[in-house]
This record gives sequence, structure tokens and C-alpha cells, in this order.
Amino acid sequence: MIAVQDRKLALWNIGVAYAAFLIGTLCGLLQVFIRNDALQLPAWLDYYQILTAHGVLLALIFTTFFIFGFFITGMSKSLGSFGPKVRLFSWVGFWVTLLGTVMATAMIVAGEASVLYTFYAPLKASGFYYVGLALVIIGTWISSFALVGHYRVWRKNNKGQLSPLFAFMTITTIIMWIIACLGVVATVVFQYIPWAFGWTDTIDVELSRTLFWFFGHPLVYFWLLPAYMAWYVIVPKILGVKVFSDSLARLSFVLFILFSIPVGFHHQLTEPGISNFWKFLQVVLTFMVIVPSLMTAFSMFATFEIAGRKNGGKGLFGWFTKLPWKDIRFTSIFIAMAFFIPGGAGGIINASFQLNEVVHNTLWIVGHFHITVGTPVAMTFMGLTFWLIPYLTGRKFTKAMKMLGLVQIITWSIGMLLMSTSQHILGLLGAPRRTAYSGYNNHPSAMEWFDGILTNHVTMAVGGSILFVSAMILIYIVVMTMFLSPKAIEEKDLVDFPMAESDMSRTPKWLENWWIWIGLAVLLIAVAYAIPLSHMIQHAPPGSEGFKTW
Amino acid sequence: MHLHKYEKIWLVFGIASLIVFLSVVGVSAFSQDHTPAGGMETIDPKKVNETAPFDNPGVTQLDDDTYQVAIVALAFGYTAPELKVPVGKEIVFKVTSTDVVHSFTIDNTKVNMMVVPGRITTKSYTFEKPGTYLILCNEYCGTGHHMMYTEIEVYEE
Repeated sequence: MIAVQDRKLALWNIGVAYAAFLIGTLCGLLQVFIRNDALQLPAWLDYYQILTAHGVLLALIFTTFFIFGFFITGMSKSLGSFGPKVRLFSWVGFWVTLLGTVMATAMIVAGEASVLYTFYAPLKASGFYYVGLALVIIGTWISSFALVGHYRVWRKNNKGQLSPLFAFMTITTIIMWIIACLGVVATVVFQYIPWAFGWTDTIDVELSRTLFWFFGHPLVYFWLLPAYMAWYVIVPKILGVKVFSDSLARLSFVLFILFSIPVGFHHQLTEPGISNFWKFLQVVLTFMVIVPSLMTAFSMFATFEIAGRKNGGKGLFGWFTKLPWKDIRFTSIFIAMAFFIPGGAGGIINASFQLNEVVHNTLWIVGHFHITVGTPVAMTFMGLTFWLIPYLTGRKFTKAMKMLGLVQIITWSIGMLLMSTSQHILGLLGAPRRTAYSGYNNHPSAMEWFDGILTNHVTMAVGGSILFVSAMILIYIVVMTMFLSPKAIEEKDLVDFPMAESDMSRTPKWLENWWIWIGLAVLLIAVAYAIPLSHMIQHAPPGSEGFKTW
Repeated sequence: MHLHKYEKIWLVFGIASLIVFLSVVGVSAFSQDHTPAGGMETIDPKKVNETAPFDNPGVTQLDDDTYQVAIVALAFGYTAPELKVPVGKEIVFKVTSTDVVHSFTIDNTKVNMMVVPGRITTKSYTFEKPGTYLILCNEYCGTGHHMMYTEIEVYEE
């Protein structure tokens, strides 16, 4: 059991995450009904306001707070209790992030920021929305530096040793995150804030988009890597085996520092201002980032097979039936991984240069990120929640909760399968994303989006409703395990943090020489961005004034 | 660093597939000119209506086999009088915006262009079938985003 002050810190982070999750999923429910014309909002509430809240609260806030809750717990467990400074800065980071969240959310509620979570200029929200988002990032930096400080203390006291795998992966994720945020911080601080408060008149739109996407793609790896951490470090322990290969796990993580950042142009393939050469170069780099995911997939199935055979599984696939399917901590994460197979394949399609034209900004993309961040990441976090909260509160994870957890995971899977399948197909038929209900003047090809069996907005709404029910079950589990479940008094009721053993005896030391990876990452970023970005700045057109079109 | 034999096979297979995918995409892009919408031209977003070709939006025949279509996107529509183009001819779309970011997307085609103020997006496309195609905006641009659409008629000569 980790120190009580560290537990409090982690619980507050997780608590805020689930408050955001509650509001965010409610927004999602409203959206699916509006899109099939079954619901009309009152005049004081706009579809795009809800859509903004859904994106900000789930994609940015739920993920970020949960990730820090997980990191804090794991770092305290693997490296020991936090010192007073680490603890102080972790709290400062938490409060700054929360302050930013509240500011941004207040602006969305006030109708001053219906610009979605991508906030593309020259849509001009209230300056306080951008300040709020900047505070969220700065808060995460403070929390990040607190964890880095904790890690440095450990390194100083354990000279010449490789750090535990959990700590290594946390630091990798943090390094990637800090470099990635430089793009969004640059655009928000130097472009958006002066422009939104009227200190400058115009904004260079293409530059702001490019800096945003410098951050926007590694952002998805900031969500994904903590899920991978659970897959690498937590799952083997639940299965009763060791980490498959410590060195490969570390290698795949450092590859993410290198390749998750110089790839942002693949979100900008159909826009002007970037020449085909540079777009294609970043497409190639995007494909490089698939390699560590392939390595991860191999490690996972190797782990499953070793565990299944240990439990007596025979033959080519007999081990598969010997996995602990009744253990909700495992089943949830297994389903999450399964969703990532089509999710990852879809990502390859999206990044395939001219093929992107077929799917760009259609509902396909919405389907895609619901089976990447919306399930592989989110469901891994759910699978962690089941034991993480009881571990931190010292309460029981009762039989009833285990049953409910199973129901929650199954409903989420069914709901997501229905919703994302129909979104993918509708996208291929051309239905646009980020739109309220519209029949486009009853144009026959738009009518196709409403009358298929799988391809209609009703299937999407049925899926969305099941997802909402699932989300509410999860909220119930969170509230119970946080406040109401009986305290675990006997040894056997104590919930453990499953952290697998990892054999470091053959792991090369250079993997933990961060300056190599930071240096290479900076080099790759320079290759991918320096020339197109400087061209963009030198040949900039007159800037744009702000518009409030909502 | 130790690599399991099966892992080597798996990674070789995976990386080889990625190389094949990239080659298909790259060859098609750079030897057959199948590149996504783009372009490096800039424009003053406040002077769009007095800058060629947007001072005279719509269809212009450039030569026997090429037509140019100039479009201005703005919240929430397109200044596009009577869009009619022939089937089987190369149509060069040029689009810009006077206000926020939009898209110019023709349903059931590969024309899917981001429209960024200050920039001119270009895409060349040849329609294979006649008909009335739906054009819509698929980049969020404000309250009326879902009302932003028009049509283009593709006729047989």
C-alpha cells in the first residue's frame, strides 16, 4: 500500500476525471439524438456547444486527469513514496489543471467558446477559453516535472541501475508530452491569446493549424501510452506471468518519443500551404510509428500464450481458452486491445496520403477515434479503475461490483460496435462529421445516410444510448468504490496493484539514456518541420480577423 | 538485445507490408499525379472579391479539355452561380474563404478540399458520370455549418 498522501493525490485526479466523464458522456447522448432529428435543443443551448463540451471533457480532461492519477499511483508504488516537494508540485499541477478546466468549461457553457476542442482560427472564442486551455497544459507540465523530480531522486539513490519498467514508461510518456505541447503552447500563447484579447488584429490561420497538429497527433499517443503501460506492466501480473521482454517493451516506448511527433501533417493532407513533398515525408514517418505498435501486439499475444499454456492450455490455440476470462480486470483490457486491431488499421488508411480524401472530416473519422481513444484507451482505463480506486481507498471490490463491471464492459462493447460501425460506413458514403441534423434539402445522396440497415443515424443513436447506460453503470461503480463499499479489513479482501515483474538482466543501459532519444526526436522534428514551417511563415498571406459565427 | 524468432518474422512481415503500402501510395501520387487537394498560392482574405479568379466566381473554360471552377466559401454557403460542368473533362477547382475555415466537398467524388482563409486550395478532378452532385461543408464553421451546401450539375456533352 502506498503512502496515504499519495493516495489522496491520485484519488482527487481520478475523481475529477470521472466528473468530466459524466458530463462528457451526457453530451454524447444528446448528440446522437439530435443527429437523427429525434431531439431538438432549447433555444439557449446549441448543438455545437454540446459538441465542444463532449470533445474537451472526454478527449482532453477525462484522459489527462485519469492518466495523472494512474501515474502518481504507479510511481509511488514502483519508486517509493513522494517527498514533500514532489507532493507539493503535484498538488500545484492538479489545481492549475483544474482551474484551467473550470475556466474553459465556463466559457463553453456561457456560449463564448463553441469552437470545438480543435478551436481552429479564425473562429474566435473568448480569450479566457484559450487561457483556460493554456492553464490545463501548464498544469500538466507542473505535474509532469514533479514526477520527473521523483524519478531523479530515485536515480540518484540507485546509481547505475535501470529504473522499474513502470517508471521508465511514465518518464517516456512525459518526455513525449512535453515536447508535443510546445506546438500548442506556441500557438495559444503567441497567436490566440493576443488576438482574442485584441492586442493583435489578425492571426495566421495556416500556421496556427500547423502548430496545433504538431501537438494534436502526439496527443493521441499521450492517451495511448498509459494504456500500453497497463498492457505491458499490469496484464502479465493479472495473468500470473512476467513481462514478455523488458528490453523490447522499453525499445517500443522510446520509439514513440521519436516517431509520434513529426507526423502532424497527416491531419492536414487536404489543405493548402504545405507542399506534397512534405506531406508525403510525414506520411512515411507516420508509418514508422506503427512499428512499435506491432511490437506491442506481439508482446501481448506472447504473454497470453505463455499464461494460457502455464494454465494447461494445449495445442495451437488451446491456451486461448485458459485465460482468466472471468477476471474483469483482464477481460476489459483484452476487449480494449481487440478494438485496437480495426482501430489501428483504420489509422493506416487515414494516414495514406491521397486515400485520406475519401474519409477526411467524414463520420468515418468519428468512428475511428471512438474505436481508438473511445475504446482501447477508455476501456483500458475502465479496467484499471475497477482495482485502482479500491486499492487507493482501501475498500472492497465486492462480488456485486465485479458483476456490474462485467455488464459495464459488455454494454460498452456492444454500444461502441453499433455506433462506430455505422459511423464508419456512413463516412464512406460521405456523411460529414461535426454537423447537427441536416437532410441537405433532401438531396438523394444525403437521404442514403438515413435509410440503410446499419447505415443510418438510428443505429448510431441506439449505440450511443447503450454507451450512455454503460457510462452510468461505471459512474455508479466509481462512486461505490470511492465512498460507499465496505472497507477491506481482512487480508484477502485487500485489492492489490498488479505490477508484473520484469527481468532487466539483459536490458541494455543505453535505453535509459534520455538525451539520445530527446536528441534524435529533435532532429527528426527539425527534418520534418523546419523547412515547411519556415516557408509558411516567410510566405504568409495577410492574417485573418476573428469571427464569431455561432 | 534478444529478439524471439517469431517476433523477427512478425516484424519483417509487418514492416514489409508497410513498405508495400507506402510504395503503392507514393507511386500513385508522384508518377500518376494522384495527390490530395493543396496548393501554395496565397490571397488577402479581405480582398478576395476583387482578386482574380474570385472576382468572377463560377465556371470558366480554359481550353478544349480543361475547365476552371472558382468558388468563394463563406459562412454559410458558396458564391457559386449555376455550377455546370461537362462529364469527362478536367475540372480545376480553386477555392478560398473570406471568413473562417470551411471545406468544399463534393459527395461521391474524391473532391474533399479544406478551405483556409489566406490560401487558395486547388484540386483537379474529372467527373465520370453525369448527375447532380451534392456539395457540402464538412469542417465546422459555426451555427449554420450543417446548412452550408450547394449543388453541381455534371452534364453529358
